[in-house]
Amino acid sequence: MRWLLLKDLQILRRSLLVSVLLVLYPAVIAVLIGFALSRGPEKPRVAFLNEVPPGTPLVVGGTQFDVTGAKSELCARLDCIPVSSEAQARQMVESGDALAALILPPDLIQRLESLGGLNPIQPTVRVLVNEEDPVKAGLVDDRIDSLVTQANLRISKEVSHISANYLTLLTRGGTFNLLGQTLDILGLQNSERILEAVRSELPASSPLGAALDKVIRFARLAGQNLDQAQPLLASIAHPIEVQKEVVAGSPPSLDSFAIAVAATVTLMFVTVLLVAGALALEWEENAYSRLVRGLVRRTWLLAEKVLLGIALSLGVTLLMLAGLSLFVHIEWSRLPAIVAAILAGGAAFAAFGAAIGATAREVRASSLLAFMISLPVAFVSLVESGTVSPGLFDVIKVVRAVFPFHAALDAMSGGLDASGPALGAPLLHLAILLIAYGALARLALRRLV
Amino acid sequence: MIETRALAKRFGDRRALQGVSFVAHRGELLAIIGPNGAGKTTLLSILAGIRDPDSGSVSRRPREVGWVPQQAALYRRLTVAENLRLFARLERMPDVGATVEEMLEQTALAERRDDQVGTLSGGNQQRINIALGLLSRPPVLLLDEPSAGLDPRQRERLWQFVLALAGGGTTVIFSTHNLAEAERYGQRLLVLADGETLFDGTSSELHAAVHEAGARDFEQAFVAFLRDRGH
Repeated sequence: MRWLLLKDLQILRRSLLVSVLLVLYPAVIAVLIGFALSRGPEKPRVAFLNEVPPGTPLVVGGTQFDVTGAKSELCARLDCIPVSSEAQARQMVESGDALAALILPPDLIQRLESLGGLNPIQPTVRVLVNEEDPVKAGLVDDRIDSLVTQANLRISKEVSHISANYLTLLTRGGTFNLLGQTLDILGLQNSERILEAVRSELPASSPLGAALDKVIRFARLAGQNLDQAQPLLASIAHPIEVQKEVVAGSPPSLDSFAIAVAATVTLMFVTVLLVAGALALEWEENAYSRLVRGLVRRTWLLAEKVLLGIALSLGVTLLMLAGLSLFVHIEWSRLPAIVAAILAGGAAFAAFGAAIGATAREVRASSLLAFMISLPVAFVSLVESGTVSPGLFDVIKVVRAVFPFHAALDAMSGGLDASGPALGAPLLHLAILLIAYGALARLALRRLV
Repeated sequence: MIETRALAKRFGDRRALQGVSFVAHRGELLAIIGPNGAGKTTLLSILAGIRDPDSGSVSRRPREVGWVPQQAALYRRLTVAENLRLFARLERMPDVGATVEEMLEQTALAERRDDQVGTLSGGNQQRINIALGLLSRPPVLLLDEPSAGLDPRQRERLWQFVLALAGGGTTVIFSTHNLAEAERYGQRLLVLADGETLFDGTSSELHAAVHEAGARDFEQAFVAFLRDRGH
């Protein structure tokens, strides 16, 4: 078997263009796919026009809001591009230099402050978007909705707090500032006490007694009920609380997933194409019959091709990971797990490639077949549940079970990231596929001369 | 020598061989002739151990039979020496280096040893093809259409080489469409048609069997011979 392996390596060495393409092309595709899947723009580019006069404080109900801090927080989540006019913002959005434009109108502060007063006016911000790309449009909508929701939440909390203060003033009394003047507010509880004192001084036969009793009851009831309203106001500010519980799945980090996708796609293309082509070459060179008529057993020939695929794909994939590590962090302390994932995935892909090569028996046909099967299988395997109908996802589950890609991806994710899937199940799955496709390839060899 | 007894082979409904029996002796040159589809290549592939017969037997194991297929079976990206070395190793030759040198000398390709086989002419590729069949020094050598695609000079060299092998005691069995070649080099002729043996004897015996008045030449007479027997 080692002489056959040496022979195949010699042939690869002499087919420089094939070797380079076999290594470079899948690596490039893999990296593109991996990062396209997991990354949109980290921070969407948004043109930012602030028409609020600089230095304008925002005071709502006596509380001063940190406007500068709010702006910093906003731009920490967006890539803010300051512009000086609406025309400039509009031009940037139309040209695609910015995904959207956020315009803060000059009266925004005044309107926000009015929320704490008796004549509130709803504040608005303006967003300019370019919706020619639905993906971009969705991304911008999601981001800005999220930011506005958070701003609304903070403001509504403060407004609720202010409203609660007003209620306290009404029920218990206190002082109130209005137009620079300090007013004493009696409050309902104090009113009730004063009225009860006056009632006790009235003669029993006084006609004002009954009317006074009504006023005292009103003051008491109003004070008690308005006290109850305070927790209600607090709950309005934050009516729904979300409790998240993870019942299944142990997702790796986004970076690890992207790397796992890139590595698995590389592994798949290198191994499947190489083994399918190497086995088909034996027929094209007419050497197959010379080999199997007593020199080499068919099973050994198959094993040699699988070993060739595993060895080369291990080297190529590790090389690709080493290259990627220049740009992203890879936990190299997990190298044994990474190598185990690559070996298992490589073996299953190699057996799959052998089945294709033994069936096609021609290098061009086997390469085409390998490509035409592998690429759609990889894409289909990446579709997540919940994004398609249940019936269609059942079909996808069958594809995932029958082809090595998804199991290899799980193994790779688990190898790269300790928080990823456990290695045991995908490795077992890959071992089963190795045996199954190996048997198929052996069966195909048996029927052929 | 090599002996076959009642070899039979079917491919689906098509009967490729039926009841083919013959003996080829040591140092004998046996030519297998017949029209297309007669079963010549099937017979050789069974003798070489590439296919199993449905019934019948062959007296030699595949490793005792050297095989030279019609289409050269070698790796075009490897050099002449690398091809010889690979198969010498697979044949488990005790001294691989010496075997390779011997074959390079026998095929007069020593100067081309480091050339990739794909760069050689058809004739030279056929030489390597034959050399690979002879690596293990088999007592029996099978040649399937050995002169196909060769020019006259190459054919002459080829047959000189093959005659020398036979002279050294190697049993040579070759198939050919070329009746003149079969007549000229075959000490015995085995005529197949539709998987059956129609004739097994010397060329002069075949001449006598196909003799027909009015036939322009032997080839015409041979065609008539086949036709008379329903093929």
